[in-house]
Formats: sequence, structure tokens, C-alpha cells
Amino acid sequence: MTERLLTARDLRVSFHTRDGDNQAVRGVSFHIDAGETVGIVGESGSGKSVTARAIMSLIQPPGELIGGEIEFRGELLNELPERKWRKIRGNQIAMVFQDPMTSLNPVKKIGQQMIEVIRRHRGLGQEAAKQEAIRLLREVGISDPERRIGQYPHEFSGGMRQRVMIAMALSCQPELLIADEPTTALDVTIQAQILELFKRLKDNPDTAVILITHDLGVVAQVCTRVIVMYGGMIMEEAPVEDLFYRPQHPYTIGLLRSVPKRGGGTRERLVPIEGTPPDLLDPPPGCPFITRCPHAMDKCKELPPMFHIGPGHRSLCWLAEKDHPTVEEVGAGEGNTDV
Amino acid sequence: MSETAERNVLVDVRNLKKHFSKGKNVWGRTTEVLKAVDGVSFQIRRGETFGLVGESGSGKSTVGRCLLRLYDYTDGEVRFDGHDLTKLGEKALKPFRRRIQSIFQDPYSSLNPGMNVLDLIGEPMNIHGLYPGEERKEAVAALLERVGLKREHLYRYPHEFSGGQRQRISIARALSVRPDFVVCDEPISALDVSVQAQVVNMLEDLQAEFGLTYLFVAHDLSMVRHISDRIGVMYRGRLVEVADSDELYDNPLHPYTKALLSAIPIPDPRAANARIVWTGEPEDAERPPLREMAPGHYAALPE
Repeated sequence: MTERLLTARDLRVSFHTRDGDNQAVRGVSFHIDAGETVGIVGESGSGKSVTARAIMSLIQPPGELIGGEIEFRGELLNELPERKWRKIRGNQIAMVFQDPMTSLNPVKKIGQQMIEVIRRHRGLGQEAAKQEAIRLLREVGISDPERRIGQYPHEFSGGMRQRVMIAMALSCQPELLIADEPTTALDVTIQAQILELFKRLKDNPDTAVILITHDLGVVAQVCTRVIVMYGGMIMEEAPVEDLFYRPQHPYTIGLLRSVPKRGGGTRERLVPIEGTPPDLLDPPPGCPFITRCPHAMDKCKELPPMFHIGPGHRSLCWLAEKDHPTVEEVGAGEGNTDV
Repeated sequence: MSETAERNVLVDVRNLKKHFSKGKNVWGRTTEVLKAVDGVSFQIRRGETFGLVGESGSGKSTVGRCLLRLYDYTDGEVRFDGHDLTKLGEKALKPFRRRIQSIFQDPYSSLNPGMNVLDLIGEPMNIHGLYPGEERKEAVAALLERVGLKREHLYRYPHEFSGGQRQRISIARALSVRPDFVVCDEPISALDVSVQAQVVNMLEDLQAEFGLTYLFVAHDLSMVRHISDRIGVMYRGRLVEVADSDELYDNPLHPYTKALLSAIPIPDPRAANARIVWTGEPEDAERPPLREMAPGHYAALPE
């Protein structure tokens, strides 16, 4: 029995710039159930981070949430005043950012920063908060936490700082944790440690996780469900097995083909997606992938609806329409003929 | 090494060391030394791609910069096509400056924003006196087309291009003086996944067309395997393993290489990562030199 935690409906975010409105997020709808780990993948400019910030109500001028609804546990968040928002942020929804160097106060001890958060959000006394901080640091895999809480951020390595950030985010026992590229700035061996932490969180039924990344390997290893974004829209959404073994959207297929295969020998030619992502100051009217898609047809100038393919699997592509041939049937490159 | 193998070597690095001073006392004497590169030896054969991998601080970029003589090295020697570059002054070095070119990670900071594409690509030609006068524009336009851009782009400025396009301009600039050897320092890590493959394929095509030799420095291990013929793994200023790339990935010998490879998240939800953890060697431990464990496979393991 799954419990609906968060529903986003038709989110739209624009950044008002001198050159016009950059439509970073253009009608994004999805949901998160309690306890699940959902990956949002996309390239830079796909709108994945902006979507996360919109959920946290952290869009600041020149950016503006111009449309859509965010419902969390039956309550509409986007109508809340900032005062109420502060209670939700941290207590129920917490966020971890890419760069742990800039998110910690460099002149305060780690313990002090954690205790402050725990006391404010959970109303514990000084001593109880300290014990909780030690427990959390141990849980995220920091050895000797009793000594570590007396140290400053510069005495921690990048990976440890990121673990401290995750511990702080978890300290308020949020129902939803949003992690925006939490391992991108880290070395692979450190990344592996952080990913193990997320794998353990996946089994925790009290905390749902949205993991934003551009790395398909990270998604495959950690997430149960995946949302693929491109040009400010959701292209495909699927359970992780379906996404990697039965991808439907040409963009997802292209993305999977453009990374070197595991076990594939050297010099096996990569299959890139030609062209560049759309300019969101003036996006194409139909499918955002139309200019790079090997299957583009006349119909693609009109934006397709989300087609349901299977349980939890949807694709924003005309090829997913009932009477249309599937991508496999069309074959690579043949779809271009009717443009 | 046999004589033919000797002739096949384009870049020969012998016991290269580069130390930086970390702290100085009041008399300006160095009190603390950072051994970024501490005794590295390897050879790059003509026409091959040698990958150099390691984590931040391992010294891999410093090796690349030493080969470009952007740094003077502390000790050791670098021979290029049989010539010892170690002691050459700037004037004697100039012909080699043409033959050795570089492509850097960040296409946003490595191109002068005040120059248009024609000047950017033409600048190295100016310095080395290639394609004077009327030929210049034609040569630059031909190069632009070769890297997948258009003739119309000649008078545009870097800010008008995307990251992938800028990296193409950097590549055209490096190739403008017909080099033999290109040091590619993280050339794709700033690019989007779908654009990385475009640039990697192009680097491979250009290599075949112009007979280029690459040093490919990167931290993305799956891409390094894809592009490299041989790979060296660096750890704390030293090479701990050198082997053909398939051999290195299928049969790693050094515990650090094993840890590094097992940490790559596999883009397949059915394949679980079996992570191997290596705690590293103590700071003051004696570090064994590279030894040949199998033909062409070297590892720094204790006897």
C-alpha cells in the first residue's frame, strides 16, 4: 500500500532576463510516494534543479513560479506564506546541494551547526541534541563522531562534509529529502561511499528521496523510479528496470547509447545524440527534442501528450501512441523520411 | 626494449618529479614541500592514446602540464621524439611548442572572450608563421568545418557558442599548427553527457586522420577506457599501474586500481556494484616501484 507524499501538477518556472523569458520548466507533473527513491536525470538546462527548487519554494528573482501546484500530504504548498514554509522546509522536506564547501559555515564547529538545527527543529535540549548529532554522524559513516563534532568544516574532506550535510538534512527526520547532484563534485571512491548511504536510505520507509543527477550509473544503482527531463519537460518516466531495459523515448534511448557500455571493448564507437539542446528563450513549439531526434515526424511540431505505456511508465512521444510503430520497429534513422 | 620499439616511442618520461613549495619561512626558504609528482616514468607510442587516471590531487594534471613545459620540473627528464626537452631554453623549445598542443577542461575560460573565432584559431598560426596572408582565412575555415562548425562562425565570439561548440573551437585551435602530440586535460568533463560522445568521436576521427598521439587525462574511468589504448593509474604522485586498457579493466592488480574500478557506478540496475575498499598505504611507507607482472602490464606491488 503506497501513500502519496508529493504531487506536482503542471509546474512552470521562467527566468526573466534581458533577452526575454527563459522558460526553464515548462509544465512538469509527477508524484512521489512515501519512502521511495526517485531519480531525476537530465543534462544542464533540462530544468531538473529548477524543478527541485520550485518544490522547496526556493525560486528567487529573476526566476518566478508562473504556474502549477505543489501538493504535499494533501496541502497546497505554493499558496503558503513564507512563515509557514519555513516550518515545512527542514522539518518535512530537506535539501542537500552539490557543493558541501559552500553550504557549511566555515567559522562554526560542525557540532555547533548540527546542534543548532536539531534544537530549532526538534525542540531538544542542548545535551540531547548533542547526543543526536553524534548518533547521526555515526549513521552516515563518520568514525569517531565524539571528537569530530568539535572540529571545523575545513578539517573535514569533501566527502565527509557532504556526509555532514546529509546528516544535518536527516536530523529533522524529513519525509522527503531532495539531493541535487550530491556526488558530482566528489571523487569516484568518495562518491561510492555516499551512494551506499543513499542505498541504505532507500530501505528506510520513513524518508522518500529525490536524487537529481546527470549520471545514469548513479540512477541505476540507487533509484527505484526515474524521471528523464529535457528542455524543461519530462520526456519519460519509468521504474528503473524498465528505463534501462525497455526505454521508449528516443531521447532516453539516445542518452543510454551515448555512454560507453560496461564490458564493451575499447574503440567501440559511441553513438552520440547530434546537435545541441533547445534554446529555452525561444523553445520549439512541439516536442523539445524535435531538432535532434532521428525519428522526428511532421506530427512532432505539435506537443504530444504523456502516453501511458505500462505500470508507472509514461513517455512524451508520438511514437508511444497506440497505433504508432514502436521505436524498435521503426529502426534507427528510418523515421526521418516523412519530415 | 628493442630498437624498433624505441623508434616507436614519441614521448618518453623518465623519473619525472615536480615538487611545489607549500610553505616558506621568513628568509624565503621552503619549509614544506608538496610532492605533486614524485618519480613517474612511462612511454607514449606514436599514434596511440595514453590515458592517465586518478583522483583529485593524484598529480595527473601536473604530469600533463610538465609535458607541455608549462611547469619546469624538479627532477627527471622528458624526451620528445628523441630530443631531451628538459634543459632547452624557450628559444630552442619553440619548434616543440608547435608540435605539442593542449586542450583543457573548461572551454569557458580557455578561450579569450575578446577574440573572434578567426583570430582564436589564427593566433597559434601567427606565432609559428603558418598560413600567412590570404591563405589564413581559408585554412581556418577548413579547420572549422573539419570540427563540425560552419564557415559563418568565423566572425563570432566565444559567448555565442555552447560548451560543446567551444570545445570544438579549442580543438581546432590546437590542430591549427599541425601538432604531433596533444595533451587533453579532462577535455569532456565540463560537457553534457549527450555532447561528450560527439567530442570523443571527433577526437578519435582526428587522430586517425592526422596521425595524432594523445595523452588523455581524466577522472571518468569509463570514458578513459573507451578512448585509450593504454592507461596509467596515478595515486599520490606516482604511477601504481600501467597496462593495455582492456587488460587493466579486466585484470587489475594493484589494490588502488581495484578500488577505483569497483567504485564506478554501473549504468545497469541489474548489476550490483561489489565495492572493493582500499584504505591506502601509510604516509611514510616505502612505496615499491613499477614492475612488469605480465607482458606489458606493470604494477607497483611489493615483491
